[in-house]
Parts: sequence; structure tokens; C-alpha cells
Amino acid sequence: MLQARNIVKRFPGVVALDGVDLDVAAGEILAVVGENGAGKSTLMKILAGDLRPDEGELLLDGAPLRLRSPRDAMLAGVSLIHQELSLADNLDVGANILLGREPRSGPFLRRAAARVMARSALESAGLDIDPDTPVADLGMGSRQLVEIAKALSMNARVLIMDEPTSSLTAMEADRLFETIERLRDQGTAVIYISHRLAEIERLADRVEVLRDGSHVGSLVGAGITRDAIVERMVGRGLDRTQGLRSGIDIEAGSRAPMLEVRGLRTARFPDFPIDLVVQQGEIVAMAGLVGAGRTELLRAIFGIDRPVAGLIRVDGKDVATRHPANAAAAGIAFVPEDRKADGLLLEESTGENMTLPSLAVHASGGVFRRRHQERDAAVGLIHRMDVRPDAPDLVAGGLSGGNQQKVAVGRWVGCEPRVFLLDEPTRGVDVAAKAEIHVLLDRLAREGAAVLAASSEMEELLVVSDRVIVMHDGSIAGELSRHEASEAAIMRLATGGGREGAVSR
Amino acid sequence: MNGAKKILGVFSLLLVTCVATSAMSPYFLTAYNLENLLRRTSLFGVISIGAAFVIIVGGIDLSIGSVVALVGCLLPWMLVEHGVSIWLAVPGVLGLGLVLGLCHGLLVQRLRLQPFIVTLCGLLIYRGLARGITGDQTVGFQNEFKGIRSLVKTRFPLPGFEDFAIPSTLVILAVVSTLAIIFLRFTVWGRHLLATGRNESAARHGGIRTDRYVVLAYVICAGLAGFGGMLFILDVGSAQPADFGNFYELFAIAAAVLGGCSLRGGEGSVIGVIIGAALMQVLQNAITLIDWIPDNIQYAVIGAVIIVGCDIRRGVSTYRLSSAAQIALTLSPARNSLEHARMESSACDTRFSPSFSVFPSASSPAARVVVR
Repeated sequence: MLQARNIVKRFPGVVALDGVDLDVAAGEILAVVGENGAGKSTLMKILAGDLRPDEGELLLDGAPLRLRSPRDAMLAGVSLIHQELSLADNLDVGANILLGREPRSGPFLRRAAARVMARSALESAGLDIDPDTPVADLGMGSRQLVEIAKALSMNARVLIMDEPTSSLTAMEADRLFETIERLRDQGTAVIYISHRLAEIERLADRVEVLRDGSHVGSLVGAGITRDAIVERMVGRGLDRTQGLRSGIDIEAGSRAPMLEVRGLRTARFPDFPIDLVVQQGEIVAMAGLVGAGRTELLRAIFGIDRPVAGLIRVDGKDVATRHPANAAAAGIAFVPEDRKADGLLLEESTGENMTLPSLAVHASGGVFRRRHQERDAAVGLIHRMDVRPDAPDLVAGGLSGGNQQKVAVGRWVGCEPRVFLLDEPTRGVDVAAKAEIHVLLDRLAREGAAVLAASSEMEELLVVSDRVIVMHDGSIAGELSRHEASEAAIMRLATGGGREGAVSR
Repeated sequence: MNGAKKILGVFSLLLVTCVATSAMSPYFLTAYNLENLLRRTSLFGVISIGAAFVIIVGGIDLSIGSVVALVGCLLPWMLVEHGVSIWLAVPGVLGLGLVLGLCHGLLVQRLRLQPFIVTLCGLLIYRGLARGITGDQTVGFQNEFKGIRSLVKTRFPLPGFEDFAIPSTLVILAVVSTLAIIFLRFTVWGRHLLATGRNESAARHGGIRTDRYVVLAYVICAGLAGFGGMLFILDVGSAQPADFGNFYELFAIAAAVLGGCSLRGGEGSVIGVIIGAALMQVLQNAITLIDWIPDNIQYAVIGAVIIVGCDIRRGVSTYRLSSAAQIALTLSPARNSLEHARMESSACDTRFSPSFSVFPSASSPAARVVVR
């Protein structure tokens, strides 16, 4: 139905797309995969009229399609749903769906007609909510479906979704998948972009793989497997991180506890005291659905949000974490989930970011900066973290997601912390960088740090941890050793299903 | 870093304005005028540096002018009308500035009030207090207190220059700006302050006490405003509470922004701010000196130049600069008879006298006080 032929797009200094062909048929789910920087987003923006190609053409039903703006694309029936949703959360659902296309007579809104239109759009998106509901009251999953409803209300025949599940819970994602499949069955063409290969395995009828701006392979039907996708994405068989922690066998209680949390009650879940211990050199992964309280727990340990009650000990010493400064002084490091908002100064250089928390270490008397020493430290950390490009003067915002994340971790390494807290350490990071970050976590633990990492990715939970703590609705639903941990066991605990053949704590 | 470029941009604008003014008025380059220009620039430089600190942490302080008024009126009021000792009055008014800044900072940081609102209320409250306390009457030193007034009135003659001397206010500005530069560029605290302004959340997640730096910035700003208020009143000698310091917050903010501070926070350079303050003063001076520009449109001219300055600041474009220079230079030469007379009458005053101001225009509040 929609075809792109020989698309070339150049940005200053790079060829983002180098003669890419892509076509999608009615009633097909086409997954487009590739590492960050492979050209997926650029291609999607071209399809949606956000960008114009330097060469090549688009065809819709065989006829040339000239898109000068996203509006042209929408009128032609091509809708792009951005990774960051673009709903106005101060308005209600109906207003968002019909924004700019409200039925009206003269200057006045025809409310009844608007409701009917909004309701039918919501129905076709499989969302059973009232159009008057404020968007602010909806979860991320429902918002995603509202976006779809909005696209459908514009008679979208081609639906492009960019990482739609990145902030959804497993349940919300399932509902989204059902909707996508139903739309496919009704004849909509869906182009689906995701880093989560399990989703692609489940959904896609066809997979097109991009690498460095070129099309490097397709997979169809039963040929769509994670290994096959990864192999084509990175251009080599992935160096499986499977064995990362296998040589290490840390029993609970076998080593000195580095981080101890006793009776910690967060403001969000004041009824559930949390106890946990992370030992020296151990990597503990924290699993759970979105909203299970993992982020709240990490933030409370680091002193960003004040806990209601509880005790935190680092290496046997009590820590009063009323402010992140206290936690940092006690040897705790925290890499937040949203690195762009909370983790980095995007406008400043990689080097400045690297030394920010450890400035006092390099300063004379702890106050007067020694630039050379700072710079040496920054360069050292950049190499140690293997940040690419390894230029300390480049602006951090210009780095890829994976390299930004290495900076977010690396800026703490300079403080030599003993406890590392990480929230979704590989979110929005491409496959290769993911593996590198896993190796990094392993190395931090081998150097003696205690690592506690919250993650929503099963592979990460299983591959990079010595132990998995599963949270559900604000409390710890159970704990799994590496031998016990499996996708099924984790899901069972995370969804409140308890533990098979064992007493849940 | 493009900070240097921004400074270069506003510096070029300053040069162009100076060259254009001196081409259009023979009095601009007189030793007398330059010395007074330096004195005024130094005073405004002090309060502009304060404004820059608040802007760097992403805040704003609209109360600077009112703090200037409050301190500037309280000092002679205490000294002359109530006979308070200098050793009590001076620390008192300077401390007042710091305390007001602490209040602003705590209201912004602890109660999460918006800086615009907090300091807008400050602007109203301190002006009201200044007028209330003094009974809305002009206060002044009445030719007394030469000792403390020598703080701003002393001149350091340069050997080889007959009429020109370095005003002591320039020395004060040099000290303040050196301290500010050391703090911002050479200490960990300065880096933390800049990081707080750039991305408060990321800085806090990096273990930085962002709350303290925000409060500190407001304390520095109001503290310097108070200090500046003292210098202003020592300079002009008497003040009318209703308009002393009017608009100074806007001059200070404009100087900071011209000098490279982003209102989004995280950026700023002390040198740039001083150049910005100088540009504001040269402009006012130019409007006064150049005959065919009516004095009463001075705010319009200043506003227009700030816009041009902010545009140039985004990156020096040689084309744009050279064309701006051409326009400025091709403007018709000035007729200076009236100005000449005015300057001569001013020049009759002794250098130490409080009754001289670089802007004898009616729209400058400081000048109005002085003229009577």
C-alpha cells in the first residue's frame, strides 16, 4: 500500500539513509528494527511527512505521494505515533482525539457530535473509556490507545508506531498488541518500531532490518526469531552475555552486606516496609511491573524522596539519606531512569558531566578547581566507560543513548561508590550498547561494589544478575536465586501470582 | 563553548555604539565624560552581577531596584535623621540586603513559589517600605559624611592624563567582579551553581545541594543590590524614595542578558555582564549627548538596542555586525550646541559634588533627584 523507493537522506556530516526501499501492505504488521542511529526514526519521519527525502520517492497505492508536512501525511492516511506521546493532558480524551478537527457550527463546538465521533474512535481502538475523561487520569497504556484512536479518527490506513511499549506495563502492552492485531485484521497497515525483540517475535508478520542507513535484511513469518534479528542488526552473531555472571556463585549471606535496607516505607506505599540486602560484589536485579514501587524504593534509598520510615546502612554504617548529597557522601550512586531529565547536563560537555559529582575530589582544599586534574579524570573515565566518541569536549546531548548512559554511570565511578543503584539502566539503548552496559555492571560488581538494578527486561534480569527481587504493588513479592529465576517465575511473582513450590516472603 | 562568542558580540556592539557616539558628539571622548561613564558603569555593574547570579540558577529578581531604594533611603535616614553611628548603619543596611535575599531564596526554594511572583512582591513591598519609613520625603547627606562618601568619590589620578582619573567605584567593581569570577569559574561551588541552573534535577541526582545554591544566588543578588544601593546613594547624595532606583532591576537584568546569561539558566559570564552594563550606560550617555535624539525616547532606544544585542549574541555574524556599524556611522552628524551648554554648566560643579550626573535627562530618576 505504502512504498518508499530508494530513499536518501543526508544530514551535515552523515548519510542517515542511503537508498532504502520499504513497503508495507494492507493488513500487515511490519517491524522495522535496527540499532540506534541505524536510520529508523529518520525513515519514519520521512514516511510521516516530518522530513523530506533528498532523493527517492514515496508511493501510496502506486501513485506518487508528495508530503510537505505531517498534515499532508495524515490527510493521505499515514499517521505516526511518536515515542513521546503528544497528548495535551490538561484536556479530556475527546478533545485530544478531535484536536483541530472539532465539529462546529460557526465558532461553537458541537458537543454532542464531538462525543459521538470520539466515542466511535475509542471503540475502534478497543478502549472502553468515556471521552470526557481527563487525559491526566489515564495510564501510559491508555494514552497510547488514545493516540491510536486519534489516528483512526483521521482514517489512518498506515499506522506508524515508534517504541509504543517503552513505558507500558506488561498488561498494558498486551492490550496494545491485541488492538494492533485487530487493526491489522481489519486491513490497516502497521509499521512497528521497537527495541524489544520479544514483542517483534510475537507481533510482526515481516521484519525489515536497517543498519547504518541501509537495508540489510528481511525476515518473514517463522523466520522471525530473536537470534536472527539480532544477528542481522549487529551484523555478527551477538556475543551473548549469557555467561556474564555464571562463574560467580554468591549465596545469600555468604559475603559482607554492603547495602542494607530495613523497614523502609516509601511515601507512595507507606503500608509496606521493605527489607533487602545487597552484598559486596553482588548484582541484584529488581523486577516488577511498572508502578510496582521499584523506582520509589531506589529514590528513597538515594534520598531524593524522603521515606516515611526505615533505616539504610552502607557497609554497616547508618546513613541519614535526607538528601542525595548525604547518600553520595556515604558511597551510594544512583543512575536514574530518565537520563535526559535527571542524569545528565545535556548541553554541557561529556567531560564536565563526567566530573560533576566528584569535583571536590579534584579540587584544591575541596573548593578551588584544578582543571587539568579534572580533565585527566574525565578522560580516564571516558576511556574506562568506553564512551564513544571519546572526546571530552563534545556536548553530552549529542551522544547516542547508550553512550549517554555510560556517562550517567561513569560520572559516579569517579566517586568510587560502594553501592550502585540503577533504574532501567538500558532503557532506549541499542542492542550492542546494552551488552556493553551489562559488561560494565559486571565489572563494577567485580571491583567490589554492590549493584541494585531495577529493570523491566527479562533478558537483563536473567543474564546480568546474581539474584532477582520481584516487587508487586509496593512490596517485595519474592526473591529468586539465579538458578530459580526464569521468565515464568518472575512474571508469576510480578503479577501477584506467588511463588511456585516455595513460600513467598 | 560559545560564551566567548557571545561576549565578542556584545563587545562589538559596545564598540560600535562608542564609535558612533564619539563621531556624533565631541563630548563623548572627553576625560570628564569617560570618567563619569566609568563611575556609573561600575555602580550598575555591581547590581548586574547580582542579577546574573539569580539568572544563572534559572530564577529572576525583580526587586533589585526597590532594594536599592530601601537601602539607599535608609542609610541617610538613619545617619542624618536619627544619628545612628556609621558603624551600625552600614552593616545594618548591607545585612538587610542579605536578609531580604535569604527570604526570597527560602520562599522560592522551600515554599516553591515562583521567583517572578516572590520578587515582584518584593519590588512592591520594599518600595512601599522605603516611602513609608521616610515619610516619602527626600533624604540626603547634606554635605556631611564625606568620609564614607569618599568610598565612591575618590579619584585615582593617572600620571600623564590631566583631567582623567580612575574612579574608586571602578576599583569596587573590579573587586566584586574578581570575586564573582573566582567563585563561578574557579571553585567547585561555582560549577555546582551553574549545574543547578542548567538542570536542577540532574544536579540534585548528582548529589549537589541544589536547594542551597538557589538560596545562595538570591542572597548574593539582593546582597549586591543592597551594596549597590549604598554606593548609589553615596554617589548622588540624596534620594527621593518614590523613584530612587526605579527600573534598576530591568537595567541589571538587561545587562545580564546582553552579557550572555540565558534566562533558562546555566549560562553566564561576569565579563559579559559588565560589558552589558557598560553598553546600557553608553547608550544613555549617547542619547543625552546626541542632540537630535530626543531625551524622552531613551527607553525606546535602549529597548531596541537590547533586541539587536540579543540577536547578535546568538552568534557573531560578521555581515550583520558590519551592516549595523555602517548604519550607525552614516547617521547624520549631531548639532551639539545645547548639549555643549549643558555640559559646561555641569562642569562648573566640583568633581566631588553630588550634583553631577552623567544623565541630566529628566527621565533618569537619579538625575532628577540631583538637579533640584
